[in-house]
Amino acid sequence: MIKSWRQDRVSPWTYVLLVVLLVPFLFPLAWMLLSSLKTQVENTAYPPIWVFRPTMANYREVFIKNPFFTFAWNSLVVAAGSTGLALLLGLPGAYAIARFKRTGIALAILTARMAPGIGYLIPWFILFTKAGMIDTYSALILTHLIVALPLVLWVMIGFFEDVPGELIESARLDGCSHWSAFLRVALPLAKPGIVATGILSFIFSWNNFLFSLIIAGFKTRTLPIAVYSFLSYEEINWGGLTAAATIITLPVLILAMLVQKHIVRGLTFGALKG
Amino acid sequence: MPVFTLPAVAVVAVLMVFPVAFTLYMSVHSWYASSLTSPEFVGLANFRRAFVDDERFRNALWLTIYFTVLATALQLVLGVAVALLLNRPFRGKGVMRAIFLLPMVATPVAIALVWMMMYNPTLGVMNYLVGLVGLGPYNWVSNAAIVIPALAVVDTWEWTPLITLITLAGLATLPVEPYESAQIDGASTPQMFRHITLPLLRPTIVVAVLFRAIDCLKTFDIIYVMTQGGPGFASETLNVYTFQVGLFYFHIGYASSLLVILFALVLGVSLLLIKVRRGSW
Repeated sequence: MIKSWRQDRVSPWTYVLLVVLLVPFLFPLAWMLLSSLKTQVENTAYPPIWVFRPTMANYREVFIKNPFFTFAWNSLVVAAGSTGLALLLGLPGAYAIARFKRTGIALAILTARMAPGIGYLIPWFILFTKAGMIDTYSALILTHLIVALPLVLWVMIGFFEDVPGELIESARLDGCSHWSAFLRVALPLAKPGIVATGILSFIFSWNNFLFSLIIAGFKTRTLPIAVYSFLSYEEINWGGLTAAATIITLPVLILAMLVQKHIVRGLTFGALKG
Repeated sequence: MPVFTLPAVAVVAVLMVFPVAFTLYMSVHSWYASSLTSPEFVGLANFRRAFVDDERFRNALWLTIYFTVLATALQLVLGVAVALLLNRPFRGKGVMRAIFLLPMVATPVAIALVWMMMYNPTLGVMNYLVGLVGLGPYNWVSNAAIVIPALAVVDTWEWTPLITLITLAGLATLPVEPYESAQIDGASTPQMFRHITLPLLRPTIVVAVLFRAIDCLKTFDIIYVMTQGGPGFASETLNVYTFQVGLFYFHIGYASSLLVILFALVLGVSLLLIKVRRGSW
């Protein structure tokens, strides 16, 4: 389209500009990785050292000094639990909203997305305290569901709208119930969308800081909270801290690469249509 | 089809409606989570206290607006510029787009930690880098005068890609005809940008900006991890202050009224968003 009249205008300057832009956007992540491979002496050198012999000592130390596997397991249980529940509840809901054009519900979901997280957190914190549910997986999964369910609903409405209505109609004419038309026709067709949405929901939960900070206790501490607590008493051990940060971030970055085509839909979550 | 929507709607309702009702109720009461007495009705006293007596609230309100305007403006300018650049045909487009996603999905606590290290006044790489061009050294997030801009830089690093990606989606839908006729009329590239691209993109950009503004008003993770609202109260935005009042001092009543104020702010921007969006629905 527009390419035709722009094709001839690509100059080497485009590439120069791209590199100039790319470097600052990659730098903090690269710096995190580099620092995690440096010794304490190298990390506290000034001016900073750019060439050095990488060491894995920081990673070993993170796992030896802390129950890091437990934290990772907690993060995994909560992220998988909230994502699974959100899909279980959200998929049929999104399907019905998409098929029957319930814009009102969609709008309500959008409003839920806009409300400040602390507004949900304080009441749930009081309730969970009274119910003795602080520091349990159930409480964490429920609070993470506050993010996950609207996300699944919103993103999947878009994907289900892309499923051709005629296919559903003909399945219905062949004697399928609403339920089996959903299970046998719509779900398989929306599978790429479901995978993408599931991964997005997982990432959001894995990254969640605010809810876990209050609801998770010693038993269910998730990775972000663990790293935050290292920060308070190990402020200057940059090697160990960046190693921990790298361990948290790496799985997320890899997952994000898998679904990059759909990620904008999830992140904008209401900013773009569908 | 109530069987399909009911479970989801019911759970959303319970998860969201209970907190909203609780917050509204508490906002007109005085109650500490630690107290044994039941909440005492105080009418609008909490709101009065916030706007009339609470210096710290007014500071937080101002900082929230300052941070939001600064960060959103930076992201708008950078985001659109990057989108225009990425929209040109070049090799490795897919890779570039993929790299631009990374800051948005990286774990915020990890991001905050890396920036804290980079901002370290004595050993940080930021002072080294700005030193190369003859600036600094700065105290970054430990200097009350520049802590908000320093945090806005982190937010900008993290979220400029969102504006870029939304703008790119908008650019992909632009019609060709206006450009063709403008070219025939001998218009220059800047002229075409100013008179065709910008007006056509405006709705998309407005939505992206409002969307960012809503999230900036609520920014918590990076501020709490990097400064906890400090030094002093120099970066204590409304969200951070509310967190402290509610979950540190356990003054649930006052925290609830602060939440109502914060939500009113967010809602104002949201309504603007919904109004702008309506056209595309």
